[in-house]
Amino acid sequence: MLIKNFINKSKSKVTAFVSVLVCLMAISAGVNATPEIQTWQTTNGAKVLFIPATEIPMLDVRIVFDAGSARDAGSSGLAVLTNGLLAEGAAGKTAKQIAEIFESVGAQIEYDAASDMALVGVRSLTEPRYLNAAIDGLKKVLNQPDFPQDAFLRELNRMKIAVKARQQSPSALASEAFNKAVFGDHPYATPASGTADTLEQLTRDDVIAFYKQYYVANNATIAIVGNVDRKQAEEIVKAVITSLPAGEKAPALPEVKPLTEAQKIVIDFPSTQTHIFVGQPGIKRGDKDYFSLYVANHPFGGSGFSSRLVEVIREEHGLAYSVYSYFSPMRETGAFSMGMQTKNEQTEQALNLLNQQLKKYVTEGPEKDELAASLSNITGSFPLNIDSNSKLLGYIVMIGFYDLPLDYLDRFIGNINAVDVKKINDALTRRLHPDKMVTVVVGKQQQNSE
Amino acid sequence: MKMKLIAGLVIVLTLVLGAVLYSDKQPEIEQNVEDAAAVKSFTLSNGMKVLVVENHRAPVVVSQVWYKVGASYEHDGITGISHVLEHMMFKGTKKHPAGEFSEIIAANGGKENAFTGQDFTAYFQRIAKDRLELCLELEADRMQNLVFDEEEFLKELEVVKEERRLRTDDKPSSLTYERFNALAYTNSPYRRPIIGWMEDLETLTIDDARQWYETWYAPNNATLVVAGDVKAEQVFKLAKQYFGQIPVSNIPQSKPRREAKQYGTQRVTVEVPAKIPYLIMGYKAPVLARSVEPEKNEWEMYALEVLAGVLDGGSSARLSSNLVRGQQIATSASASYGMTARHETLFVLSAVPNDGVEIEVLEFALREEINTIKTQLPDEAELDRVKAQVVAAQVYKQDSTFYQAMEIGMLDTMGYPWQIKDEYVEKILAVTAQQVQQVANKYLIESRLTVAVLDPLPLEKGVSQNGTTQNGTKASTSAGAVHAH
Repeated sequence: MLIKNFINKSKSKVTAFVSVLVCLMAISAGVNATPEIQTWQTTNGAKVLFIPATEIPMLDVRIVFDAGSARDAGSSGLAVLTNGLLAEGAAGKTAKQIAEIFESVGAQIEYDAASDMALVGVRSLTEPRYLNAAIDGLKKVLNQPDFPQDAFLRELNRMKIAVKARQQSPSALASEAFNKAVFGDHPYATPASGTADTLEQLTRDDVIAFYKQYYVANNATIAIVGNVDRKQAEEIVKAVITSLPAGEKAPALPEVKPLTEAQKIVIDFPSTQTHIFVGQPGIKRGDKDYFSLYVANHPFGGSGFSSRLVEVIREEHGLAYSVYSYFSPMRETGAFSMGMQTKNEQTEQALNLLNQQLKKYVTEGPEKDELAASLSNITGSFPLNIDSNSKLLGYIVMIGFYDLPLDYLDRFIGNINAVDVKKINDALTRRLHPDKMVTVVVGKQQQNSE
Repeated sequence: MKMKLIAGLVIVLTLVLGAVLYSDKQPEIEQNVEDAAAVKSFTLSNGMKVLVVENHRAPVVVSQVWYKVGASYEHDGITGISHVLEHMMFKGTKKHPAGEFSEIIAANGGKENAFTGQDFTAYFQRIAKDRLELCLELEADRMQNLVFDEEEFLKELEVVKEERRLRTDDKPSSLTYERFNALAYTNSPYRRPIIGWMEDLETLTIDDARQWYETWYAPNNATLVVAGDVKAEQVFKLAKQYFGQIPVSNIPQSKPRREAKQYGTQRVTVEVPAKIPYLIMGYKAPVLARSVEPEKNEWEMYALEVLAGVLDGGSSARLSSNLVRGQQIATSASASYGMTARHETLFVLSAVPNDGVEIEVLEFALREEINTIKTQLPDEAELDRVKAQVVAAQVYKQDSTFYQAMEIGMLDTMGYPWQIKDEYVEKILAVTAQQVQQVANKYLIESRLTVAVLDPLPLEKGVSQNGTTQNGTKASTSAGAVHAH
């Protein structure tokens, strides 16, 4: 009722009721308890995080290794290939037989490798007979991959074709060029799925060596969410991880160097739209400015229809369907990026607006009302971020893998609400440098542009 | 291996029977399947339907308003109008001017968006449970009082054109699919792209959008679906309060739009700059709604769903096993079919050829997979794997309230009783190997087939202002050009 009243009163100005909302949010936020995370360490060194969730007779197990493409060491594509081969033959069984183990009990295996993480996991029903089969399959895939030569050649070939496919995508080309320019000689610079040159060099021995070095207990985080109790969870962990060698935690990655000057990269491509990326190195996980910059980005380009970028680029000028900005915090410093696509003739106009908005925002920061609206959106929508097993799983993987505090979820709303205009302005001025941005444009180049 | 599989099978079937017949074998599983099925429905006096799924796992709610209108309701010349109108629905009313809807939802910690399909247009919010009333008030307002401002319309049309360029024009595989679709259907409205032809978007006017809104947006053409931590009675009360007074409108009766008979295989080649060829093969296939004698024919649609599973139900299924691994003719291959559309649909196979494999060879290999099913009964073990995945998916879907709301909203809007979702598992389980073979022989035939091929043209192009480029991939660099103003 209260809500209805103030909506009716504030017909024209939304900002008028924002302060009321913040109070409401604070109250309801206190009521929404976050689930307790249980944690322990296996004897061989793996870190476990567990949330029992009894509502649905299902379970998610995800094992994450510090074995992403940041560990490629020049052999771009190696982490992705290794990860993709785990289920392509294990414990003497063929890829088809492995798939049958999971699919005959309705279980879903997942595997993926990005810059920081490589993961393998399974979603299964918790009825013991199905669950046991699924866990047994997971154990085989993780502990006894055979990396058969024919599977190696086949998957390598598929990756080479994927590289070709990226060459017909202006957004893929733009994103590769962007990472290369932003990260320079850092491992984050190269594409996780490899390049034509690096894939040509990869051997099965490289894959085996990579697996042996990085798929080890000391380099692993296991996250479990679902309908099992602590004892069952411990048994699952034991079954899956005990026979992995302890090994060593992956060494620290080098630091990402800040950019020293602006750089513009132009790629001519026969598309109707030009894809634009503008950005620089941003923040890392656990960064002291994390919450200030996360909140700072929200009203700028991180909140869809309520963001300045959408307001100016899309709503006022009709220049793009999608325009956004975000920080992508990683183990080491990940990118801050702004992105959009517009028809080729409008590229310069769009780029000017984008840069004007960035410069203005870094100089002036958010309006008070804007910040208040963002705070109430972020804190108010927090329950939506933890309303399913799969979302909780994503959070505990992040907390475990990046060594964030276990009470990260409990303190999230407090940390967000502690951000004010002053903190934002301070962080923005120190961390974002509009005069040193990488700009990438991929599209059909205009005769008179530049 | 064999022993193990068979053991696995029996188990899965037990689970399934347990779920369907409510035996007491696995109480925890039945319980949840039963809960998931608990849809409560209510109809307002003006004909608006309200469907509620109570799910008390988290203190949140999803609210969706579905309209029975989409691209398949359009006619040539105004293609894309349903989707353009969906964009206009964010442009404000007298009470809540442009942008305010989104600002209010955001300030209240909500997330919102909308989507348009062939057979529906839907608007949704995800929000803390105590803010549902706010969503209903705003949706009821824009159902009746949308403002059409010429300048806003023209700008939004440009946004939609950018969306089309992003989704279709610059994506060779999407362009191929669009032409495939346009050729496959002769007179069915499904031949038109949801986003509309660019040529039609160029000539849409604000009057087209206004007229579309006045024709289709009314309570008796809408369904409210709410899922989450709510009480159904409370939702009905609120729905009545906000939507109950909206006047009934005269909704045009849709024609049956039966697809005309096809005479022989239809082919189209799409030649655009690209790197990777692509093949799509689609066979006209029936949907549940078109079942002439439901009692007698309904099994066919379930058998077609199982057939799609035999071909592409996971990495152990035939397309992955035989074409991607085995013969290594394709780098990816898929099969898909959905039995719940309003009009006759397509059973679609698509694949990307391996390097050096001619597209004709790939097509031949896909046809061979179909021929095998036509002539040799699929293994029971294969069918059981497909079925096990269907059963498990019924449990997994409970993890997403959004999906649960979406499922019943979509069924209802396409003219199906939402109860069919509860019969789904049982009917899939009843499908036999013979039935799978029968539908393959009946529907996967030449006179129902359309083939589309993406035939890449070279990507080479002119010289950029900043330096030479090669194959569109070499970057040229110039420092210091960031500040344009």
